[in-house]
Amino acid sequence: MSDTKKEAGKAVTEAPLHGLLAEYETPTALVEAAKRVRDAGFKKWDTYSPFPVHGIDPAMGIKPTILPWIVLVAGLIGCGGGLLLQWWTNTYDYKWLISGKPFFSIPANIPITFEMTILFSAVTTLFAMLILNGLPRHHHPLDLKKRFARVTDDRFFLMVEAVDPKFDESDTRELLEETKPVVLDEVLEDRVTSDKLPRGLVYALVVISVAALVPFGLIARARASTMRKTRIHIIPDMDSQTEYKAQRMLDFFPDDRAMRPQIPGTIAVGQLDADDHLYRGKVNGAWALTFPKQVPATEATMKRGQQRFGIYCTPCHGVAGNGDGMVAKRATALAQGTWVPPANLNQDYLRVMPVGQLFNTITRGIRNMPAYGPQIPPKDRWAIVMYMRALQRSHKATINDVPAAERGSLK
Amino acid sequence: MAAATDLNPYQGPPVGETAFAKVTNNIARIAETPRPPRAWYIAIAISSTLALAFFGSIGWVFWDGIGAWGNMIPVAWGWPIVNFVFWVGIGHAGTLISAILFLFRQDWRTAINRFAEAMTIFAVICAGIFPGIHIGRPWLPYWMFPIPNQMQMWPQFRSPLEWDVFAVGTYFTVSLLFWYMGMIPDLGTLRDRAVKPIRRFLYGLLAIGWRGSSRQWHRYERAYLLLAALATPLVLSVHSVVSFDMATSQLPGWHTTVFPPYFVAGAIYGGFAMVVVLAVPARQFFGLKHLITMWHVENMAKIMLVTGSLVGYSYLMEFWTAWYSHDHFESFTFYNRAFGTYAWACWTMITCNAFVPQMFWFKKVRRNLPLVFIGGVLANVGMWFERFIIIDTSLSRDFLPTSWGYFLPTPIDYLTLAGSFGLFFTLFLLFCRYLPIVAMAEVKGVHPSAHVHTHEERS
Repeated sequence: MSDTKKEAGKAVTEAPLHGLLAEYETPTALVEAAKRVRDAGFKKWDTYSPFPVHGIDPAMGIKPTILPWIVLVAGLIGCGGGLLLQWWTNTYDYKWLISGKPFFSIPANIPITFEMTILFSAVTTLFAMLILNGLPRHHHPLDLKKRFARVTDDRFFLMVEAVDPKFDESDTRELLEETKPVVLDEVLEDRVTSDKLPRGLVYALVVISVAALVPFGLIARARASTMRKTRIHIIPDMDSQTEYKAQRMLDFFPDDRAMRPQIPGTIAVGQLDADDHLYRGKVNGAWALTFPKQVPATEATMKRGQQRFGIYCTPCHGVAGNGDGMVAKRATALAQGTWVPPANLNQDYLRVMPVGQLFNTITRGIRNMPAYGPQIPPKDRWAIVMYMRALQRSHKATINDVPAAERGSLK
Repeated sequence: MAAATDLNPYQGPPVGETAFAKVTNNIARIAETPRPPRAWYIAIAISSTLALAFFGSIGWVFWDGIGAWGNMIPVAWGWPIVNFVFWVGIGHAGTLISAILFLFRQDWRTAINRFAEAMTIFAVICAGIFPGIHIGRPWLPYWMFPIPNQMQMWPQFRSPLEWDVFAVGTYFTVSLLFWYMGMIPDLGTLRDRAVKPIRRFLYGLLAIGWRGSSRQWHRYERAYLLLAALATPLVLSVHSVVSFDMATSQLPGWHTTVFPPYFVAGAIYGGFAMVVVLAVPARQFFGLKHLITMWHVENMAKIMLVTGSLVGYSYLMEFWTAWYSHDHFESFTFYNRAFGTYAWACWTMITCNAFVPQMFWFKKVRRNLPLVFIGGVLANVGMWFERFIIIDTSLSRDFLPTSWGYFLPTPIDYLTLAGSFGLFFTLFLLFCRYLPIVAMAEVKGVHPSAHVHTHEERS
């Protein structure tokens, strides 16, 4: 230690020695010098160059860094994190059904997992490297040496620190002289540069820190109080609309509902259905005995009735109307005890029932038979009734009912 | 000539006692000149005007709605997405030069990798703006990120558009870190040479105390290798993920597995073209001819030839697949591309991307700077048209003829595209002015003078 030595040009205080600095012109000289210092057993020393010198690592005895392992761990965390993120958000927290695909499928999740792995690895690479290197380090005794500024230009340096156990002022100096440096110099601890933060910076930091607490204060106040004013809504986005929605309250009406039921007797346009005969099968309050004038008694109507009967009625009533359709047979076979058998349409009481009443049964249903009014338009229903009459007549028909010309084909 | 150096202080031979000092002076004087030549001011005036126009047109779109562009049904993805894919593609060349050529130990990359990486950063900035502004409700882009919210909703991670968020975000972050890490030693150089206090402070802040310690170099080198190894699959994956935006759909012309390699090859082609377009004038203007030599220009031309041929092969395969499939819709899509309403764009694309780079078979052409520059410009034009053809022709003529519609760009479309170039060049010119545009430490490291002559042991 050279407490007693005073450096020429240095100011009032005596600065202790930090180390000895040797300067070289070529990378070869640096590597040779490094080997000498390494072999002499020094531990607290380093070399400095404008670019990484090939071969300096073994020449100095630098051991491989653990940085790759740190990056590996970070990459694995990124990978697992990416998978966990996607699994937890799309499969667990809010199960998201996309086109019936499985909630979690690795192929779809690979791209993001891959990117997260790379992201975590890369960020860790840089920051772990900086931390391991002790950077940022804005302050170093070497900064006081003017010649050292050429380290980022074209010169090579080697410094042995005074705190090394093997350091001896004269012996170490002699060792370094043997490596033929261009310049051999002493580096003193920095007792010149102030290590206080600049005043202005301190004031600025204080002001910024206080100012940074203001938003939190405002938030705390907002959370602890209620507001009468409406909140500021920058982009309206049609978010709050003044009309009344279906389930909202409105005290204007006695039942406090904004939504009003239909006024009794409201009829949609085109659905007045004033014609009782056609739509309800009634004439002057009694069941109609004739077909309405919109349903002519023609071959076309009968054919239509036959087709519609075949679609809607035969499953239960059977093809001939005897009540032996497939559904009826099956239900009878099942014998569950709940089945009400479909009527045999050829019974006497149905043969004399007014057509209007038959029409009404089809429209409104009866017993277990559902209402077919919603499915079958009125004219079609009348056509079905017409066909029913044809079936009923055919049930008790004689050969004399068949036209003479066709009797031959039956025999 | 004295007159020439008065006008442009970057010209004139680099001075220095050693080869290393020459490199330092050659580059550092660019950042240290108090006043750059007038040409720089003119260039940045033009580019910042365009950049202002860019932000103005974006503001207009925010105010007026997406209809300010030509986006309509069926072509709901018009120029904004074309521009996005175009710019992201350009960025890939920088990472390729930095990372992939590093892994292949191509020392010649050291002269161009710094500004290629800068080009990547600026291109990704331009690219990343477009998805944010084209979403129709641009005050809601945070919905793309998995941020806990009161609706308890999360993004849909099966969507390639969501993959884009992570891919482009990762790419930008990693490229930025890689670029910054590479600059630390050179920022140290500028810090050590800086005379004015503000410069010294700012460069010192960014250089975080780098002093060239070999122990630090050791970890730095490992970190560089790791980042290069990470960036390589990253760059391949990013443009693949961008291609998935199209490839995972059902549109004919989009739904094809060739897209990831096809897009990546095209990206490298377009990116190198942009590097050429930047490097050829820069080496002239900034006096970097000794560093960015004709050998570099030739290599870049060769890479353009390779990737351009790959792109041409991909076009061939697309047409062949369309024919071989006998799929009615696929065949029509490609017939329409070549002979339909967009035929003019399609043939521009094929000429610029497949035929133009074939001229680089000839050494005379590779060493002809004006031709190389023109080749680069045409390649960029061709790559933009390729994105346009892929995105807009498939949309405008899809399955149902009653849904067809021809896309017409509006003046705002043109302004947005031109403006993005303005932003890019403004950032690039600022970079040239203030930051080290060539990786000095790396160039010195591969210089013959850096070779260590060992006598006893092999290193």
